[in-house]
Formats: sequence, structure tokens, C-alpha cells
Amino acid sequence: VNDIETPRIVLGPILPELFLAGFAVVGLLYEAFARRATATVHLAIALAGLVGAAVTALMLWFWVGDAYVLAETVAADRFSVLARLILLVAAFVGLLYYLEHIRRDPGAFRGEFFPLVLFATSGMTLITAANDLIVMFLALELLSLSLYVLTGITGRRRANEAAMKYFLLGAFSSAFFLYGIAMAYGASRSVKIDVIAGALAGQTGGQALALVALAFLVIGFAFKISAAPFHMWTPDVYQGAPTPVTAYMSAATKVAAFFALIRVLNVAFQPLTWDWTPLVYGLAAISIVVGSVLAVAQTDVKRMLAYSSVAQAGFVLTGLTSPDSVGISATMFYLVAYAAMTLGSFGIVMFVAAGGRERTQLSDYAGLGRRSPVLAALMAIFLLSLAGIPPTAGFIAKVGVFSAAIGAGNWPLVLLGVLASVVAAFFYLRVLVYMYMREPEEEFDVEPPAALANVAAAALAVVVLVLGVFPGLITDFLREAAILRW
Amino acid sequence: VTDRLLTLTTLLPLAGLVLLLVGGRALNDRAARVVALAVTLATFGLSLAILGRFDTAAEGFQLVEEAWWVEGVGLKYLMGIDGISLWLVILTTFLFPVAVLASWNVKKDVRMYMGAMLALETAVLGSFLALDMLLFFLFFEAILVPMYLLIGGWGGANRVYAAVKFFLFTMAGSAFLLVASLFLWARATGELGRGTFDLRELVGVAAALPPTTGRWLFVALFVAFAVKVPIFPLHTWLPDAHTEAPTAGSVLLAGVLLKVGTYGLIRFNLSLFPDAAEYFRTAVGILAVIGIVYGGAVALIQTDVKRLVAYSSVSHLGFVVLGIFAFTQQGITGGVLQMVNHGLATGALFLLVGMLYERTHTRDLSQMGGLAQVMPWLLGAYLFAVFASVGLPGLNSFVGEFLVIVGVFAVNHWFGSIAVVGVVLAAVYLLWSYQRVAYGPIRDEHRDLPDVSAREVAVLAPVLALLLVFGVYPRILTGAIDPATERVIRHVAPAQVTTDVGGAAVALAHGEGGE
Repeated sequence: VNDIETPRIVLGPILPELFLAGFAVVGLLYEAFARRATATVHLAIALAGLVGAAVTALMLWFWVGDAYVLAETVAADRFSVLARLILLVAAFVGLLYYLEHIRRDPGAFRGEFFPLVLFATSGMTLITAANDLIVMFLALELLSLSLYVLTGITGRRRANEAAMKYFLLGAFSSAFFLYGIAMAYGASRSVKIDVIAGALAGQTGGQALALVALAFLVIGFAFKISAAPFHMWTPDVYQGAPTPVTAYMSAATKVAAFFALIRVLNVAFQPLTWDWTPLVYGLAAISIVVGSVLAVAQTDVKRMLAYSSVAQAGFVLTGLTSPDSVGISATMFYLVAYAAMTLGSFGIVMFVAAGGRERTQLSDYAGLGRRSPVLAALMAIFLLSLAGIPPTAGFIAKVGVFSAAIGAGNWPLVLLGVLASVVAAFFYLRVLVYMYMREPEEEFDVEPPAALANVAAAALAVVVLVLGVFPGLITDFLREAAILRW
Repeated sequence: VTDRLLTLTTLLPLAGLVLLLVGGRALNDRAARVVALAVTLATFGLSLAILGRFDTAAEGFQLVEEAWWVEGVGLKYLMGIDGISLWLVILTTFLFPVAVLASWNVKKDVRMYMGAMLALETAVLGSFLALDMLLFFLFFEAILVPMYLLIGGWGGANRVYAAVKFFLFTMAGSAFLLVASLFLWARATGELGRGTFDLRELVGVAAALPPTTGRWLFVALFVAFAVKVPIFPLHTWLPDAHTEAPTAGSVLLAGVLLKVGTYGLIRFNLSLFPDAAEYFRTAVGILAVIGIVYGGAVALIQTDVKRLVAYSSVSHLGFVVLGIFAFTQQGITGGVLQMVNHGLATGALFLLVGMLYERTHTRDLSQMGGLAQVMPWLLGAYLFAVFASVGLPGLNSFVGEFLVIVGVFAVNHWFGSIAVVGVVLAAVYLLWSYQRVAYGPIRDEHRDLPDVSAREVAVLAPVLALLLVFGVYPRILTGAIDPATERVIRHVAPAQVTTDVGGAAVALAHGEGGE
């Protein structure tokens, strides 16, 4: 009993999470004890957390210590560093959007927003670094619970309904995930991702338990990345949540969950590659078709983008059907592009408002090209990128995942993907049609966004274009980050 | 700098677009027009420099520029030109200033309009010059957005429908192009140890494919280009797009955009999959012949003059495809020649129809008539373009159509005979349309219509002049085209090179044109 080893404590690789969670706590205390909490102070606290996390994450890129730390529960690799950086940027943009949101509607200000975003972000960053399914589960819960609250943070009826729905379905998916962990333990006697891989590689014969574990874990993730047929919550939650939350949630949650999924599939279940690729293949195909087809029927831009994000999840999964570093780096590129264009498009959705309320109906976009040329042009860039038209990042991203999938021999999926892209082009174009080719039925002046929010959206558009023309700028980093060890 | 001639030519219009964007509201409408005209003229000048440096005797691609763009993906920035693309590039740079000048009266959002035109020019030139399949695809897709905006933003009453239809049809087609490119890329990874889209290397990769796979890939590429050409039965987007597009949009659509499709057939289908091309030769021929007759027959019954010209394009492009898939020297040379000729002749027709519409505000043939009384010069030009389009000897299309028919007859009498019907049909519907516009009783409200203005002369004169020049002296064009098509033939149907049945016919055609 005496020789229980206490793990060596090396905090370096989780410093970003410590920064995020630490400043989240500071923010909560400030909200609780300050007589009148202001957005400025909250923002300062949150920014301190984000910057600290970003700096420490960057330092981790050059980490030369152990590959796994804290009793091998956390991986210190470049894979997680990249994920963290994307997530931190998404959180930063989310905060800027929220400032704009409360500038337009001061009554909507809730101080808890800032610490909750930090908590959610720390959960997201941790999930991408976790080398232990239990830690992964905890991180997943941390981010999910924060997001449930964020969804309903306005306390308005619609938001509450969305939060409730998100919570119930999210609880289901957590249960699946947890059950999967139990099965994985049964199959390999460990919850450590690298150990599972080793154990499965050493096994021969029936692997029923491992396969069940795999299925449950993938289902758990499928909820989080809103892959069909586990996407049911997505449209309602995206529509009901305040738009800054939607923007942040749709970009960051998907990125985080995908990074974690990549690690689980390509490390823990790497020995079962032949078993999980069909699963991913099927999910990708269903998501692409369901997302593209249902988006066509939407008249609300926010709902349309929600369904489009289901289709986008399918495209990302297409890259994962290639179970090697080519597929992983193509998937990561897609995620970078996806984060930029999703944050951007939801940002514009938020800006298109008048009289203190967002105008999300398609018909509200009529004539936007004339009334607000800058907003319309930015929206056009994001939508063309989502549709995969050159010279945008979305195009390069699609080529990347498609070529990876074809390299793995999955050309039927790619054919389906490109054909669905045509369907998708239809509904993305429809917004363009309204913006540039229709006259508005009802004249209302779009309130111009504050400079800061505008700059954020414009910067995202620049990212989309620059990555579309010079994808080489980040491919080397992605290749470095795509190396997963076990 | 001269080593970068192709890049300069391609990117100059894009620089103009940037100028328009940076200039912002500081540029008034007039300045925007002048910028666009100056940039397109300068691009034309650069393309003449390409012509000057082009060596007709040299083998293979010339002025090649090669650099890695995204090495990880295997995407190269690879540009090059040969006898097939040379005149298409010059046709493009020639028609763009004409189109800009023809759009002088556009009032709405001039900066955006001109910007879309310039973006379109870069995309089209890039498509003709790219030798990397993915790079080609990139430019090919990039054509869609500006053209979509031009049709949807400045078109006629039903413009949104037409614009969306154009976009979705072409994009659906290019989906197959992308899959085929990626498939070849993956094969290259297996064969060469690294993925590549370099056309020169992919020829070898494609040759090593099993025949069935090659045929599937051929079909995929064919669908992509058949939509663009358009080949029956994938042509249904064209009449709508043409009818609704603004004049310059129609000119460019007919003049250069459709040629990207036929060019793609030669550049990719024939050079990558010669065996599959041989296999599908009759099938494609049948589609082309149907297109020729069907397009002509439908043009016959049109009452909308713009729709009529649009359907005549379906018929004429059928000739081009038929010539290409004859796999004879005359056929392919004629096909390439017809691409240039059709671009000029139909471009001229669309310009004239646009000018008529600006005056009469109608495209309905029954609402016109007697216009030759008030606008003798304009209608004279119309007749000239009609003659060029129907292939009157001495004007440009004659040589091309003649070569195509000779080339087709050499291998298939049936196709040749039916194609001749198409020539007759073209004479009927075009001359008939002229008759209904020019003669008969004039409507009262048309009595005071002005004849051509100085600007319109500047628009029309260069185009009409070329109709004559290329008709009288086609060797300007064929001098560069012949060696290139001979190489294509050597690659596709080596047997045809030795049995030079039509060699005399080529000389004959050139001779007759020279009279």
C-alpha cells in the first residue's frame, strides 16, 4: 500500500488551461464582489487569460520535455498547441462580438459571459491535449456545461428553450461517451489513449468490446461536431442562442471536438483503422447530404448556417477517412478555414440588425449590397468560402480533404461531396442573390457595427482570402502538428 | 520580366481590379470606365507581345513558367502556351476591351461592373494558360463568380434565375473535373511517388491506367466541359444566360467562355485519354451532330433575337466539337479555327443585337422591322456579321467550317452530311432574322432612331475587320494552330497523320479564302 507512486507534477503543458481557468475564477469573483461590474474590466480579465494562454501555448510548440505529463494524462505535442491557438482566437473573436452585442442592446449585458467563455475555452483546449479518456470526459463536460449556460444567458424564452434542448441532448451524448470509456477500459484495461492503442495492437481475434467502445465514443463526438444523424439540436440551438455565442460555439466546439476525435481515432483506435474508417465514411456521407439538402429549405440565415455547419462537419470527416498524416493535416487545414469563415459569417449575421433586433430572415438581406456594401462584401467572401469557390480558404480546404480521401481510395465519397457542394452553392448563392440582386421589401437602415467588431470580421475575411491564395503559409505548421505519437 | 509574360498578361486585369477597389469612391463612373478600358487594352498589348515571342516551329509548350505554389498538395503554378491556346488568349484579350467599350452606357454600379469584367478576364486567361490541372480548375471555377454577378446584377428581367442556373450547371459539371483531377493526383502519388497535377506528367500517369478507369475519367472530364461548351443535352443553361446577360456579358460568354469548354476537351480529354477518346468518338460525334441540328432547328423558331443567336451558338459549337472528335488534322484545325471565328462572329452579333435593343428596347423580332431604312450602317454591319456567321466564302467562318466538314467527311460520311444541314439551317435562321429586323414596314416609334455613334463604330470596326482579315488570310491563324493540332493527332490517332487525305483540302481552303 505504501508504494503507490505519486505522479511527478509538471505543469508546463497545462499552463494555458491554468491561465484560462484562473482568470475565469478571477472574473467570477469580480462579478460576485464588485458593486457594479463593467464590461471593460471583465474584458480586461478575460483578455489577460487569453493572452496568457496564447503565450504559454506558443511556448509549448518548442516543448522538449516528456511527451506525456501528469501521470500521462496530458499530451504535450504540437497537435494540441495548434488546436489551442485556433480556439483562443475563436474565443477572442467571440468576446469582441459580445462587446458589439451589448453595445447594441445594453440590457443584454451579463458579466458571467466572460468567465463562462474562459471556462468553455479551457475545456476545449484541454480536450485536445488529453491523453486520458477520463480527462477528456471532464474537459468535455466543462465545455458543455459552460456552453449550456451561455446559450441561455439572455434568459429570454427562445434562448432558454435552446439551452434546455442543448442540455438534454448533450447529456445523452455525454452518457454515450462515458459508456464508451467504460467499454474501452474493458477492452484494454486502461483509459490512457496511448496505452489503449498498445493494448489493441497486441490483441488478436474478436474485438467486440473495443468495437462497441469505438462506436459509443464516435457517437459521443458526433453529437459535439453535429454530424448527422446526431445533429438534431444544432439548428434550434444555433438559432436560439445569442449570435456571439452561436459564432463562438459553432467554430470552437467543432474545432475542439474534431481535434479530440482525431486523437482518439488515430491514436487510441489506430490498430482498428479498418473498422473505424467505414464509420467515419458513413457519418461524412450522411452529414454532407442531410446538411446540404436541409439547408436549402431554410429561410432564416442563422438556421441555414446551422445546417450548413452540419454539411461542413461532413466535409471535415471526409478528410478523416484518410487515416494518415496527410488526412490529419488536410482536416486541420479545413478546421482552420472553417473557424475563420464560420466566425465571420455569424458575425455579419449579428451586424445585420436594426432597431435593436437582428434581422435574420433571408428577405432582410435584400439590397444589403447597396445599403451596407462592406458588410455585404464580407458576407460574400465568407459564403463563397463556405461554398468552396476559389480563391478562398474554403476552396483549398475542400481540395485538401478531397484529395486525402481520394488518396485513401474513397472516391465515391468525394464524388458525393462535390455534388453536394453544388447543392450547397445554391443556398449560399441565394444569400448573394438577395444581397446584390433583390430590392428590399421593407427599408431599414442597418446600424453600422463599431470599428472593433468590423475590424474583427474584416480580419477574418483577410484570413480566408490569404489562406486561399497562400495556403503554404500554414501547411508546414500543420504538417508538424499532424504528427501524433503513441 | 519577359520571362513572366504569361503571368503579366493574366494578372494585369486583376491589378486593374485592385486599382478599382483601392480607388474606391474617389473614382467616379467615368474614371472607372477609363481604367477598365486602359487595363484591357494594355492586356491586349501584352498578349501581342506573346504572339511576337511565339515560335510556331517549336515543339510543345512555350514561355513556360513553373513554380511551386502549394508543394504539400502538389499544386504548381505552371503556365504555358501552345498553338491551340495562343489564339484563344489573343481572342480573349481582344474581346475584353471591345466588351468594356460596349458597356460604356452601363449606369448602375459602374465600378463593380468593371471590376467583375476585369476579374473575369484574369480567370479566363488563366484557364487558357494553366498547365497544372488544379490550377486550371481554380481559374475555371473563378470564372463563375464574376460572370454570375454580371448576369445577375446587370441582366434582363429574368436575370436571377439565369445567373443561378448558369452557376449551378457549370459548378455541377466542374465537380466531376475536380474528382477526376484528384483521382489522377492520387494515381500520380502511386506511380511517381508524389502527387502532382502537372499536365505534362499526368499524361504518362493516365496512359498507365486500366482502359475502363480511363474511360470513366474521360466521361467525368467530358461532362465538365460539355456543360461549358455546351454540348446537347447539357446546353439548357445557355439560352437563359445569354438572353438575360447584359450585352457585354453575352459577348464574352459566347466569345470566350464557351471556348474554355472546347479548349478543355482538346487539352485534357484528348491529351490525357486518347484511347478513351477513340472509344467514345462516335458517341460524342452523335451528340455534336444532334447539337448542330437541334440548335439550328430551335433557333429557327425563336422570336427573341438574342435567344436566336444563343441557339445558333449551340449549333456552331457542335461544329467545333464534331471537328475535334473527327481526329483528323483538318477537323481539329478547323475546330480550333472555328473557336476563334465563332468568338468573333457571334461576338459581333451579340454586340449588334445589344445596340438594337438599346434603341428599340425590344428583342422581339415581331416588334422590329424596316430598321434598315433608319439605320443603314448598323444593319449593314448586322448583315456583315450574319454573313460571317453563316460561313460566306471570304469571311472567317467559311474556312473553319469547310475544314471541319472536310475533316469529318474523311472519316464519317453520315456526320459530314448532317453537319452540312447545319450550315444550311444557319443561313436560313440568320438571314431570316435579318430580314425580319431590316425589311418590312417600320413601326412609327422607330422612325427617329439614330444610326451608329462614333463609340459604336469603335466597338464594331475592329471586330468586323477581323472577320474579313481572317476570312481572306486564315494562314495567320493556322500557321500556329497546324503544328499544335498535328501533335494532338499524333497523340490521339497516329494512323491519321500518315493518311493525309485532306492535306490538299487544307491548301484548297486556304486558296479559296484567298480569292
